[in-house]
Amino acid sequence: MINNLTILPIVFQFLAGIILLFCWGKIGIQKTLSILLSLISVGIAIWMFDTTWKQGIQISHAGNWDSPFGISFVSDVFGATMVLLASLSGLAVSMFASGSLRKERIQFGFFPILHYLLMGLMGAFLAGDIFNLYVWFEVVIISSFVLLTLGGKKKQLEGAMKYVSLNLLASSLFLVGIGFIYGLTGTLNFADVALKIAEIPNRGLVNATAGIFFVAFGIKSAIFPLYFWLPAAYHTPPAAVSAIFGGLMTKLGVYSIIRCFTLMFGGDEFLGPLFSVVAGLTILTGGMGALLQKSMNKTFGYLIICHIGFIMAGFGMFTELAIMGAVFYLIHDIVVKTNLFMISGLVLKMNGTENIHELGGMYRNHALLSLLLAIPLFSLVGFPPLSGFWSKIFLIQGGLESREFFLIGAIILGSFLTLWVVGKIWLEVFWKKAENLPKQADGKYFHQMSAANRWLMVFPIFFLASVSLFIGLGAEHIIEVSRKISSDLMDTGPYIQAVLGNQITQP
Amino acid sequence: MKSLIFRTASDYLLPLLLLFSIFLLLRGHYEPGGGFVGGLVASMAFLIHSFAYGLTQTRKIIRVNPGYLMPVGLLLALVAGIAPWFVGLPFLTGLWFSEPLRFIGAVSSVLVFDIGVYLVVIGTTLTIFFSISESV
Amino acid sequence: MELLLVFLIGLMHAGGVYMLLRRSMFKMIIGLILLGNGANLLIFLLGRLVKGHPPVMADGMKVFTDIYADPLPQAVILTAIVIGFGLQSFAIILIKKVYKVLETDDLDELNSSEEEI
Repeated sequence: MINNLTILPIVFQFLAGIILLFCWGKIGIQKTLSILLSLISVGIAIWMFDTTWKQGIQISHAGNWDSPFGISFVSDVFGATMVLLASLSGLAVSMFASGSLRKERIQFGFFPILHYLLMGLMGAFLAGDIFNLYVWFEVVIISSFVLLTLGGKKKQLEGAMKYVSLNLLASSLFLVGIGFIYGLTGTLNFADVALKIAEIPNRGLVNATAGIFFVAFGIKSAIFPLYFWLPAAYHTPPAAVSAIFGGLMTKLGVYSIIRCFTLMFGGDEFLGPLFSVVAGLTILTGGMGALLQKSMNKTFGYLIICHIGFIMAGFGMFTELAIMGAVFYLIHDIVVKTNLFMISGLVLKMNGTENIHELGGMYRNHALLSLLLAIPLFSLVGFPPLSGFWSKIFLIQGGLESREFFLIGAIILGSFLTLWVVGKIWLEVFWKKAENLPKQADGKYFHQMSAANRWLMVFPIFFLASVSLFIGLGAEHIIEVSRKISSDLMDTGPYIQAVLGNQITQP
Repeated sequence: MKSLIFRTASDYLLPLLLLFSIFLLLRGHYEPGGGFVGGLVASMAFLIHSFAYGLTQTRKIIRVNPGYLMPVGLLLALVAGIAPWFVGLPFLTGLWFSEPLRFIGAVSSVLVFDIGVYLVVIGTTLTIFFSISESV
Repeated sequence: MELLLVFLIGLMHAGGVYMLLRRSMFKMIIGLILLGNGANLLIFLLGRLVKGHPPVMADGMKVFTDIYADPLPQAVILTAIVIGFGLQSFAIILIKKVYKVLETDDLDELNSSEEEI
């Protein structure tokens, strides 16, 4: 099925960015337009997901060049789900930013860059060849550089320096990997590479290429020995930016790992153990790092690392059930992590600090709001029947099936560490009595803001909390989607058939 | 730089380089050239002018803020990209006019895309350059 | 020619890594630029070197009969160079800003936000 629907989400975000660039400096118009355009983008994403779900893989060839020669955009269920989640997070962040960001930041082009970031993410999720993935990666990271440094405080610049240099290093490694892939197979299209790489006799070279990709994507997705930039950078920008980073940026790396290591380097005896060890260590180091932190944002930063480990663990087991658990976890994690950083932004606005030892009394002062904030916090731990619960069941089942007891231990210990951290946050921030809160250094307190802005900050949290409630309570739908995705990932035949069409029979 | 020779040279170089950039832009479809190179040459022309006369003078001859060239260029590129949708062809397919224009040659939606790139490159390069040299 | 390029790429990567491991921010960026250019050359090399046969068909021909240079690596490198240009110019501006705010070129002194846990 060839049509233009696949490319529509990308083009729409591009248009949104252009429209917002034309409104440079007009803050009120930019806020309204950004929310409206994000709403339409969610509609487009739902449309695309629905079509892909019902009619199978959708492909569009840019410039009417057939794959493997041209650039193809492929929307399978995995890609369409990620686009849908990206547009939902984008909507929430765009609202939260309109409510919470200060004028100076918006004036320097926050909203256009946000939409270009979303464009890059959607492009990466729909890209059908490895070089195109690289290009979209660069679109994403250059927008993220700008978002991270907007405002230019000392703390931000220090974080940005580490983030920028490691990301540049990862990009150049990625490029080296692309060079090797092209040298080995003579093509860059995922489906074509998948066919040709299986026939290469020199497996050592293929494994080395896989290793280069693993390191490049590993830096971007913050796995065990490569995560140090994340806790240094993610807590520095304002909450709206941290939210989109925490929810989607590292997940882009994970998505690329999953895409490349199922399609191109599927099922290798060398890579399985590597994934398992890295996943276990990522869970443990992330969880223990989170225990030590006093600042809410930094805690959440370490929790991102810990939970990337869960996804990698499911992937390390490499059975259909475990990958299903990992995909379920990915879906749940995007929504919850976006929400967590918005929560910490809200807490910061209300109390003027995000140090959990200084905070307190949230439950006494704002009982209803605290109940709302409890939903994402406890979905993160995986209290049944909230959304984190189901994915962990599948992960552990998958682990038992493939007898990976080290990974099961790591997952259980990681969940326990998460519970500990969230319990600590709940005790310190919500139940403890507040003593002498420090004065807020800059900006207004929450209760001094206008009613509209307050709603704009609370509503996205409510919105994403209800999405994660839906993931938890309506789990059968998400299970169906993740089962489809994992069976697609394990059996790549239909994907290759859909992309290459009838050329598959030709020599 | 207050050198008389350089100023006089830049007076001649500015129109020459601008013409050359348009030449590069137009020949870009089949031969080396195109929007990116053309844009770089055009911004080079303004750069040399600003070395000779100072930033304020250059801003005066450009008239528009170069930042505004970016969304205009992006919009042109987008229009060229989605134009084939209305004829039922995939994104970015080149649409060609049947009759070649005098002096320019065969005209297509690719040229519109290239003009978009040209404007974006001028806008970006000049914005980068102006903000660097203003902060020094 | 291939052998020369291989050594050149190795040298660029080695130099890039050496520069990355220095403590000065400015040298780190030079290292990153070297690494990026090394990667571009690598793609150029792996796309097979063919001399003097541009991939342009003569009039009236439908297929290539002759050996020809692969145009795809060149397109890929061109894109990568443009992207690298954007990223590197951003990084240079960032360094300048960091140097202005923190008044140091030493990467070890960028840890003030880490120390307060």
